[in-house]
Amino acid sequence: MLLPFFEWCEATMIGRTIRESLWMFPVLEAIHLVGLSLLGGALLVVDFRLLGVGLKDSTIAVLDRQARPWMLGATALMLGTGVLLFLSEAIKCYYNTSFWVKILTLPVAILFTLLVKERFARTAQETSTASRFVGATDLLLWFIVAAGGRWIGFS
Amino acid sequence: MINSFLEWLGSTAWSVRLLESLWMWPLLESTHVLAIALFVGSAMMMDLRLMGVTFGGVRASDFTSRLLPWTRGGFVVMVITGVLVWYSNPLRYYHNIFFRVKMLLMVAAGLNIWLFHSRTHKKIAQWDMDAPPPRAVRLAGILSFAAWTLIVVSGRLIAYNWFDCDIQPQPGWVNWASGCILPAE
Repeated sequence: MLLPFFEWCEATMIGRTIRESLWMFPVLEAIHLVGLSLLGGALLVVDFRLLGVGLKDSTIAVLDRQARPWMLGATALMLGTGVLLFLSEAIKCYYNTSFWVKILTLPVAILFTLLVKERFARTAQETSTASRFVGATDLLLWFIVAAGGRWIGFS
Repeated sequence: MINSFLEWLGSTAWSVRLLESLWMWPLLESTHVLAIALFVGSAMMMDLRLMGVTFGGVRASDFTSRLLPWTRGGFVVMVITGVLVWYSNPLRYYHNIFFRVKMLLMVAAGLNIWLFHSRTHKKIAQWDMDAPPPRAVRLAGILSFAAWTLIVVSGRLIAYNWFDCDIQPQPGWVNWASGCILPAE
């Protein structure tokens, strides 16, 4: 049912251009990885704090407010490069289990971060059972997204 | 001499087994990539703080004391997995231009860290909450951020054999930079 959509993606001008270029895919991958570094850092400092480790001298709310613009910017960078990478090999992705694990977990992770974690962290001060749960869930969701993403290239 | 040593290293049983493994190599590579989020990610957050770009309300010493152990832990994972991936095909990586660029950048990043810790960081109490931090601190942050960004990029590109010695002809400077030993004409 979804296959025609994936075929259409692969046939787009952008998808074709990237696929036929020698260097565009590798460069996009490299930028995608720089995005992973930034996103990982921005997520981890807050998640660690929610778990009660790392930058413990600051309150959760202060850290979260400072990290948020970088988290959002890095997410935008990853989505932008990710969509381009996908367009260049959409049909391969369609038949790739890791891709589906990643792409189905991604909206859950984004929604959890924006709707649950950010709302919670905005007003939270110190580590609590609730904050530990939020931090651990956020880490787990993004770990699945990242691991699934890396594994697309192996399967 | 280095070449014959690396050729021997690549022919050892564990190296061959690693290169041909169905799961081990991808697992090492994935751990290496995922640990980027922990190591480069936390280093970049520290760099942004040193640059004075963000985390204004957080003391710089908080980053260098409380976050740094995590950064170091991530670095250990990166080095172990990185060395093992290298060990799976040592000669090929040794002559890969992106690998060489990456190693040089790592030396540069290491020098920057050493300079920062042996000089600027010693007086951290004097600038812990300064906004913006002193020039030398901001410079250390910018250099570190740039170095790790380029290290991630060159690391990713090692996978591509565009400039490898067995792909010829190449411009003279590429063969020189990759240390290729070409058969005499």
